[in-house]
Amino acid sequence: MTHAPLALPRKAAARPDVTRLLQRYGVYLAVALLLVFNALFTEHFLTVANLRTQLVQVAPVVIVALGMALVIGTEGVDLSVGSTMALASSLLPLYLGYGLVPALLVALLAGVVVGAVNGSLVALVGLQPIVATLALFVGGRGLALVIADGQLKQIQNTDLLGLGTDSLLGVPLVVLIAGVLALAVAFLVQRTTFGRQLVAVGGNRAAAALAGLPVRRVLIGVYVLCGMLAALAGVLATARLTASDPSALGNLMELSAITAVVVGGTPLTGGSIRVLGTVTGALLMQLLHATLVSHNLHDSTAQLAQAAIILVAVYIARERRSR
Amino acid sequence: MNLLPTATATAVPARSRPAPAGPGRALELLRRQGVLAVLLLVVLVSSFVFPAFASVDNARSITVQVSFLSIVALGMTMVIITGGIDLSVGSVFALGGVLAAWASQWGAAPALLVPIVVCGAIGLVNGLLVARAGMAPFIVTLASLLAARGLLLALTHEGATTYLVPRGSFFAELGQGTVGGFGYPVLVALALFALGGLVLQRTSLGQSMFAVGGSSDAATLMGLPVARTKVLVYVLSGLLAGLAGALNAARLSSGVTIIGVGMELDAISAVVIGGTLLVGGAGSVSGTLWGVLLLAVIQNLINQIGSLNSSYQSVVSGGFLILVVVTQRYLSKVRRT
Repeated sequence: MTHAPLALPRKAAARPDVTRLLQRYGVYLAVALLLVFNALFTEHFLTVANLRTQLVQVAPVVIVALGMALVIGTEGVDLSVGSTMALASSLLPLYLGYGLVPALLVALLAGVVVGAVNGSLVALVGLQPIVATLALFVGGRGLALVIADGQLKQIQNTDLLGLGTDSLLGVPLVVLIAGVLALAVAFLVQRTTFGRQLVAVGGNRAAAALAGLPVRRVLIGVYVLCGMLAALAGVLATARLTASDPSALGNLMELSAITAVVVGGTPLTGGSIRVLGTVTGALLMQLLHATLVSHNLHDSTAQLAQAAIILVAVYIARERRSR
Repeated sequence: MNLLPTATATAVPARSRPAPAGPGRALELLRRQGVLAVLLLVVLVSSFVFPAFASVDNARSITVQVSFLSIVALGMTMVIITGGIDLSVGSVFALGGVLAAWASQWGAAPALLVPIVVCGAIGLVNGLLVARAGMAPFIVTLASLLAARGLLLALTHEGATTYLVPRGSFFAELGQGTVGGFGYPVLVALALFALGGLVLQRTSLGQSMFAVGGSSDAATLMGLPVARTKVLVYVLSGLLAGLAGALNAARLSSGVTIIGVGMELDAISAVVIGGTLLVGGAGSVSGTLWGVLLLAVIQNLINQIGSLNSSYQSVVSGGFLILVVVTQRYLSKVRRT
């Protein structure tokens, strides 16, 4: 009932109107406009140092948003990503003594466990994704605080700190990782069986089940991937902050990630994932904030602008479904 | 097309179905009053283990602390019953507090009216965008979460200005005064819950809320004012959050800006623990009250244990949340088969 007949988009594509173009390219257009505006009117914007800073800042959001896009593609949502970041971060100081690789593995494993719990609650118990991930949103940060004994811990391990500061061919490692992950997720969605299955599950779960797709396995896999990506983002954010701060790290990250995904054109109703749109959505919110702040507008204005952008993006996206 | 009869059946609120006999009935009772049973059990056991827990002082402090969240959760209950969600309540709560403290310089009436009107208006915008523009409640209220915080920051000059409630004013008394040892906020919360329960159980508006949450399409076919009901619950949620913020400001004697972060999820947790289904169509305000109290008692117990880090509170709350929703899910499966 809510799904438009398949023949409709082709017919509509014959006459591209403004709304359709905005739906498809609005987020890219907005980023381009902001870049041009800043290049013209913002001092010191077009410097390598500034562009690097912007990209480094947005990288963890992009990584989390990629996982969130996969989850939203299955008509789900993951509220626990911020807590997962904190959890992964809180585990690092405990295991860095054994070296970077064991600590990394433990942190990522925490993300896998969180994802497996979320996925099982959704796929096996049949809970709504919001409820299933709410529990770990609440409990995960508490767990991180318990593990860290409520303390902020400075990181001394130079290998880990290197993840936050090193560059490869002039590109910060964090940005490189986010870029590679974006390509990997795009490949996963467009070129692999798993990707097709997850889009099918998001489009119509009952039909996917009838078609013999492993719905449960796909759902659990998606939440595990999302948890793992969030844990990785937590590790990278820790490296950049040079401290593990379980009480503040990843706060409101679930909202930033969902915003990036939705502004990027992925519908909350599932069945379609726009990876490039997600990355661009994260960039848009970052650029918007940077633009407002560098023109001496306050945080309050920045938040109002952010709210407006979200509403406009979703309103335009809504048109697509009703056509 | 037998759409109408089936649809009507799904729209009937769960609690008006005839109670099944035998073990099904016990399960149904457990499903409905399970939270209350858990709450009573926890209170009973901890009264024996921690003598300080069972004191009147402790009961007073728990009830005052819990009254603000409970008022917010009352509005959230109605939104969730209609199948929606309101993520903006934490920000709106903080905004309401700042507005009340700012307006309290002109007396108690503006201090109460300004937050109620402004926060109600935010709820109205939420409701119109959800019900008329057909946008996802999750996203609409996410945007108003940001917008309300933005308004609050603008009002306090980026958090630099703190508005104080005049000492000894009637408004301050409203937050700090007591009747029979229990604070006014507690009484206000209780009165609002009684009113909310009446509206849900005894009025056509309440019936509409259940019907809209059960099946929006069916409710439309039945000729119920679906859009109006949806708009109304968001307005109620907004103004209740604003009122709770105002009372909290009266208690603290100032409009605190860094308050209410994450409160929406506490409220949702309490509602869910209280047995209201997040898919909509079933729930009760009494359950929400027990849910809020249970969360508060857990927090209080962890404080009593002393040696336990307060971080355990959220771990236990999260654990409870999983336990409750999984049990709910299991019981509802049993009931259906």
